[in-house]
Amino acid sequence: MTGPHDNAAGRSFRQPYNFAYLDEQSKRMIRRCILKSMAVPGLQVPFGSREMPLAYGWGTGGIQVTASVIGPNDTLKVIDQGADDATNAVSIRRFFKRVAGIATTEITEAATIIQTRHRVPETPLKEGQIIVYQVPSPEPLRRLEPRDSETRKMHAYAEYGLMSVELYEDIARFGHIATTNSYPVMTNGRYLMSPSPIPKFDNPKIANNPAIQLFGAGREKRIYAVPPYTQVQSLDFEDHPFRVQRWRQCCSLCGATDSYLDEIVMSDKGRRMFVCSDTDYCTTRRNHGHLGPDRGDPADIELLLPSKIATGSESR
Amino acid sequence: MISVLDTAGLEPGFANPVFDSQDTFRRVLDAYAYVGRPQTLVSATAAVGPLDPATAAVCLTLADCETPVWLDSRSNLPSVRKYLGFHCGVPFVDSVERSTFAIVANPMTMPRLAEFNPGTELEPQVSTTIVVQVPSLNGGPPVRWRGPGIQREVSVDVDGLASWFWEDWELNHELYPSGVDVLFTSGNAIIALPRSISGEI
Repeated sequence: MTGPHDNAAGRSFRQPYNFAYLDEQSKRMIRRCILKSMAVPGLQVPFGSREMPLAYGWGTGGIQVTASVIGPNDTLKVIDQGADDATNAVSIRRFFKRVAGIATTEITEAATIIQTRHRVPETPLKEGQIIVYQVPSPEPLRRLEPRDSETRKMHAYAEYGLMSVELYEDIARFGHIATTNSYPVMTNGRYLMSPSPIPKFDNPKIANNPAIQLFGAGREKRIYAVPPYTQVQSLDFEDHPFRVQRWRQCCSLCGATDSYLDEIVMSDKGRRMFVCSDTDYCTTRRNHGHLGPDRGDPADIELLLPSKIATGSESR
Repeated sequence: MISVLDTAGLEPGFANPVFDSQDTFRRVLDAYAYVGRPQTLVSATAAVGPLDPATAAVCLTLADCETPVWLDSRSNLPSVRKYLGFHCGVPFVDSVERSTFAIVANPMTMPRLAEFNPGTELEPQVSTTIVVQVPSLNGGPPVRWRGPGIQREVSVDVDGLASWFWEDWELNHELYPSGVDVLFTSGNAIIALPRSISGEI
């Protein structure tokens, strides 16, 4: 227990930042907001969003929440649309390595804190893990009502009829609810909440999850949370129940049929591939010997995962 | 107004403020997340007058110049005021409804829950968090808790509460999403009781 503390304390002398970048006053303010948001699941708690060393829109809300929560004994995983090796994920992971000196991982099960942009990992989360969502626009009603003063009242008095009208209009126009991401949910039966732009495929994972789910919106200065084992319902109608998207294909690399697939154009002749969006899930499956219909064609793998072939695994 | 600080007899705060407050916060977060399960605060602080180590650690972790604190009659002592004033820089208030944190060292004589600030429908987050220090986190009459953070239900038997407490708690729960949150402390351990939880005797 004292080992890592001492190491981190020693490190903080040599570097010009406080542990995890934020000053203690800011962390306390954010921590108080996190506790309030845990007490009222789905409530958007305003907080004093600080200026971070990257622009709004690059995950500043998530970074501030992570910085206030993280300790020297934590292991951090960062994903961007499911991928550990996308630009945003790599730079945030490197940021925390540098300002907090913590361990990082790509393996979902090994992480104590997972910061994510727009996906929930396929591997089920467990008790003791914290998932931090980067949220661009926390207000699910914003597209329907641009005035903040009004949306706040709609939340205060649980006036959510407008959202049902929006979904109904989808049905009237397309015959089904066409919203595929940021699909609105009702949290603990009280607050309408945007699950951040995760695909609606991930909505069921938010409900009754054993892990702590924290949402941070830096530009909009809001924090909200879903505690473990909380009822979260995707809005729907009796005759148009909520359904997640399904694919006819399986993952070309690992053959998974239960994961969220990205469609990738492989050539200008229109050849396409479907692969898991969750890179850790796909890699783990392939390491366990699961192969997709393309039998893991080396040329395709090299095209998709050049760093994995070249360096084996992470060596940043 | 400048007053000379008398540091005689001032108890020390966290040995390592950055990491001890982070560690304490994570355990408080776990208490809010896995409601009903006692969490042990490892980062040691000494007891401060009537305040148990857990009560003091929670204050050091969460209170500062932005959070008005109210002290009950047992904890309203010069040693406690000096400790919280020096380490946290908190402003003290005499009226419970203006407090962000209320410290209750004697739960038998605490004000009724309706006297604390419940927040408003527009701003439920401005409500008071009451830190209630009890003689023991178990051994009292069992109460069934239900709500977010609990799978089905959990039986918690916090000891030393006033007879009206659970009656008042149901009224508080009815105010949801407004209402106060309670953090029970005893010795080194805490149990959180957020407003989203209903308690049935």
